[in-house]
Amino acid sequence: MPREGVLVHRIYERLDRDQVERIHSVSMEILRHPGIMCFNREAADIFASYGATVTAEPSARHWQVSIPEALVLQALKRAPQMVKLGARQEENSLILDGNEPRVYFASGSETNIWLDMRVETFVSKADHSVAVELATFHPRRGMLADLCAAARLGEHLDNLDGFIRPVNIQDEDITEENKDVNKFFACLNNMTKHVMAGLTSLDKLDKVIRMAEIIAGGKEELRRNPIISFITCVFKSPLQLVDDTTQKCIEIVRRGMPLVISASPQGGSTAPIKEDGMVAQINAEILGGIALSQLVSPGAPVIYGSVPTRAGLDDLADTYGVPEFNQYNVDCVQMARFYGLPCYSTAGVADVKVPGIQATVEKLFSHIVIALSGAQYIHYAFGLLDKTATFCPVQAVLDDAHIGMVKSLLRAPKVDEVEVVTSLEQIRQVMATSQKLFVRYIRPKLRSGEVTLPYPFEGDKARDEILLRAHEKMQELLQRPVEHIPPEVSERIFREVPGILPRLNTYREG
Amino acid sequence: MTNDIIERIKQNVIQGRMDKEDEGFNGGMVSQPGVKELVQQALDEGVDPRRIVVAGLTEAMKIVGDKFEAKEYFIPDMLASAETVGAAMDILAPYLAKSGVASKGKVLMATVKGDLHDIGKNIVTIILKGAGYEVKDLGADVGPEAIVASVREEKPDLLGLSALLTTTMVAMKETIDSLAQAGLRDRVKVIIGGAPTSVEFAAEIGADGYGADAFHAVRVVEELRQAS
Ligand code: B12
Repeated sequence: MPREGVLVHRIYERLDRDQVERIHSVSMEILRHPGIMCFNREAADIFASYGATVTAEPSARHWQVSIPEALVLQALKRAPQMVKLGARQEENSLILDGNEPRVYFASGSETNIWLDMRVETFVSKADHSVAVELATFHPRRGMLADLCAAARLGEHLDNLDGFIRPVNIQDEDITEENKDVNKFFACLNNMTKHVMAGLTSLDKLDKVIRMAEIIAGGKEELRRNPIISFITCVFKSPLQLVDDTTQKCIEIVRRGMPLVISASPQGGSTAPIKEDGMVAQINAEILGGIALSQLVSPGAPVIYGSVPTRAGLDDLADTYGVPEFNQYNVDCVQMARFYGLPCYSTAGVADVKVPGIQATVEKLFSHIVIALSGAQYIHYAFGLLDKTATFCPVQAVLDDAHIGMVKSLLRAPKVDEVEVVTSLEQIRQVMATSQKLFVRYIRPKLRSGEVTLPYPFEGDKARDEILLRAHEKMQELLQRPVEHIPPEVSERIFREVPGILPRLNTYREG
Repeated sequence: MTNDIIERIKQNVIQGRMDKEDEGFNGGMVSQPGVKELVQQALDEGVDPRRIVVAGLTEAMKIVGDKFEAKEYFIPDMLASAETVGAAMDILAPYLAKSGVASKGKVLMATVKGDLHDIGKNIVTIILKGAGYEVKDLGADVGPEAIVASVREEKPDLLGLSALLTTTMVAMKETIDSLAQAGLRDRVKVIIGGAPTSVEFAAEIGADGYGADAFHAVRVVEELRQAS
């Protein structure tokens, strides 16, 4: 049994059928003309061999590729509509079905800054007998130990369905050579949920897959239960197929591992700010990537990865807390559904650098809307602040509670013959009592989880103590044990997969 | 045997299971006897009614209170348990009287004239019953004359008045004054409650106590009982 996530009963869509088809046609037009700038030779050759018009641009070291619609449609037919993301504990696996709006929430993505919170006491200048406890925030560089902590925390966040490393490991002894094996091992050894990540060096792909095979119990077992998956942002918007990530994409699908093929244009700077233009362009980019993957390896498990953002009007940086962000993303989910492909979408990033009111508003705004859209895999959903530059574990604990509320919100209504008869009976019974209170009927619903419990971080209501309570909760969760990779398996990984730092070895002497 | 049935009463109060039709917490308990049936069964078996009250009901409510404090139980749980105790007390009352046990006290409850708000008053009623008091509820929008008549007839130890409107708070004072005029004021303690009221207001209108919520109400009633 995979994780439940939440199956959205009635999804929110913005586009009508005509508009969806119109955007599809424009995307096809874009792929034909101007087409894509391809910086990867192999990809250019593959496109050419399947009938695309490829023109070499010797001066600029790239190929201009004009992809006909028929090629894209042909390739899309091969892409699976259902992708399984496995897990060390198989009941934590996820089934992403392009034709079912079952929503999973995941973390992400490689921030550089880890934000610690401390509780400090401040005394009033006016009256020294008045003191309050407040949260203060302290940014620092993310380290390997932080990634381990984030994974442990993620294991215990009930609403975190999938894990993408939320922090970049910047220890002195982490190099391009050993980064991949360390980041995957740190995640896998500290949690039993699905682990997804981008790849730093292509030549480490087979080492990472080897690690996953050892954990899963062999090549075949890993195919059946892919405990890891990858993300490649193949396009640099607008419409430039990047050499490095494209090569990674080709190699990953060749090995049959699940892969998110994503694009992340910014409305106003690297894509039109207009909704239709933005969506048509990102759709063209993602479809271009997916087409390539299916030409390389028909049937390879790929996911439609849409990460559209909007340009900030003050600094042209990506912004997440604006309504347009939600519009772009909801439309992308709808486009993916049009093709029957599972969608990796985006929600829960705050533009502000610290937790608080602004962060909650910005995050919840997209958490609710994107979940309503029925995206299968919503990444960035936990702990992200500062436009994805910062990860704050206390914020992740808060986001988990809020996502739980969103999941409750989206539960399907129960209105059927049995339910209405029960309610009618309830009303008649209560009317016959002197108190006329329905309170006693709350209880069974409370115990079955159908009635939401009080907000977990509420204080005495006279003051907002949310951050203090969430901080306590985070400390408590980090104390809880996790199921590490068993000793024999761990030992085998350290033997067969070079480069993992000894300090990650749970069973090391001393 | 005796211990066994007391234990079962206790467990059912904690579960808030009124009778055998009640499915209990997690469902699946239908057709097993609930508090009502168990109390009757205990009496039939000759168990001392005082033991049922002390070792069964009171002990159980202590545990329920602890669970509420620990945030394991919520108000619907408290009310369900209190309701079972109230029902048990109704069954036990004649037996307790026969064995010469005075009831903990009799309380009349009413929402005052002009005020229809009765949810809070109803909750206070249920909780007081659950705490072992004999409670008679006069309803909402009850005028001073009707209250005076009931006090004269029922001879309660305590009268609880509820008001939710700033405009009906004055009817509390009218009621207390009417009691005095009828020469009944010193025969009954008066306690008030409802969102706009307060300790200060209670003192101002000559009431004996004020309860901020249902649990506070029980404590105040308890104090007044001990004082007299
Ligand atoms: C529900 C409600 C109604 C319902 C009442 C249904 C019912 N069966 O009771 C209806 C819709 C009928 C209603 C009508 C009106 N309402 Co109204 N109503 C409320 C509301 C939303 C909740 C009250 C409630 O039930 N609270 C829940 C219970 C559990 O709490 P509680 O009553 O405070 O009781 C607790 C304690 O106070 C204490 N307690 C209570 N009584 C007693 C007694 C004793 C002895 C003790 C010890 C303790 C005690 O223990 C209780 C349990 O913990 C309040 C707003 C609010 N939040 O208070 C407005 C409110 C009380 N209503 C208000 C108004 C204005 C009205 C109307 C005048 C509206 C209109 N224009 O028609 C009418 C008046 C009708 C009338 N003549 O009474 C105002 C009152 C403002 C004021 N002037 O003081 C309020 C405050 C809303 C507002 N902010 O505007 N209302």
